[in-house]
Amino acid sequence: MKTYESKLIKVGIADLKFAKSPDVLRTSGLGSCVGVVVFDASAKIAGMAHVMLPDSKSSKKSELNQFKYADTSLPILIDTLIKDGARKFALKAKIAGGAQMFSFSSSNDMLRVGQRNVEAVKTVLNQYRIPILAEDVYGNSGRTIEFSLETTLLNIRTVSQGTKDI
Amino acid sequence: MSFIDSLTDYQLDALKEVGNIGSGNAATSLSMLLNHKVDMKVPAVRIVDYNEMMELVGGPDKLIAAVFLRIEGEAPGNMFFVLSPEEAETFVKQMTGSEDFSVQEPPFDEMAMSALQEMGNILAGSYLSALSDFINVLLQPSVPLLTIDMAGAILAEGLLELSQVSDYAIIIDTIIDDHEDENKPIQGHFFLLPDPDSFPKIFNKLGVPEQ
Repeated sequence: MKTYESKLIKVGIADLKFAKSPDVLRTSGLGSCVGVVVFDASAKIAGMAHVMLPDSKSSKKSELNQFKYADTSLPILIDTLIKDGARKFALKAKIAGGAQMFSFSSSNDMLRVGQRNVEAVKTVLNQYRIPILAEDVYGNSGRTIEFSLETTLLNIRTVSQGTKDI
Repeated sequence: MSFIDSLTDYQLDALKEVGNIGSGNAATSLSMLLNHKVDMKVPAVRIVDYNEMMELVGGPDKLIAAVFLRIEGEAPGNMFFVLSPEEAETFVKQMTGSEDFSVQEPPFDEMAMSALQEMGNILAGSYLSALSDFINVLLQPSVPLLTIDMAGAILAEGLLELSQVSDYAIIIDTIIDDHEDENKPIQGHFFLLPDPDSFPKIFNKLGVPEQ
């Protein structure tokens, strides 16, 4: 019997939040942005980042929100998890997003930002030797994702393809 | 400190006028297209963080129909025309006289999508040509693209340029009001998001002092 209602923790754009089981993490309307969940299944602790841009070094100002970039947000995510009791060797990741919502015929680099976000996320996870157990990336649909620590499943909802668990 | 924090009231008023001129012309085009009167609300210039921007259209999860175009030329930026799928459907019915389609869930009707895209094309074109005349700069719109999807996924695309210099966006928001069918009023949002470097150019052309 459940004695504790699980809380839904919402992660905004360029945001980072943490949860302990049985709470659920959700971020809505991922387009070219990438949602990254890193978790330790037995310590029952997880964090979710909603990354908007690949690289903080491309930024023209320094005092901006660090959760916006893959290269600054993910290290904070991982370090905080470890500080809060996750074991580094047990960390796993699931990722979703990186769509191309509009297909302009332009050479502007900004327009393939989805792809670059996914690559940047994978690079950081690889540096920390965190395996990606599942991914649902690219395409041209928006995604809303929800991660449950109870099941360690990432639920993905799109407008055109309904929902699925990865 | 970002330039967004230091905008003066005078500069904000100038941006409101920019929205006024553009959407006034767009409302006129729309009423010609639909063959009845279309009203326009006084524009609002909003300084919002990204999450607040999504709330303006009902939250990041909300299904919206959006025409997006990139403005190139002397004062580049992004522009959206946003409707709810129900409103988009009402528009298409008024434009085509056809009742036999849906844009509220996929697969979206091809004819309806093409009508909406054309509407976006006409509206954005008239908005920008008025704007271009008013501030006396050359603005070239890209081909407008129509998407029906989650608001967060669509609107975030318009923030990418801006997000490299600011955590906030300046949105020139105008609402177009169509009450031809009292049961199904339509409120379309125009969002104009000039690139950060475009603001000094716009102010300069309008003769608005920097401080």
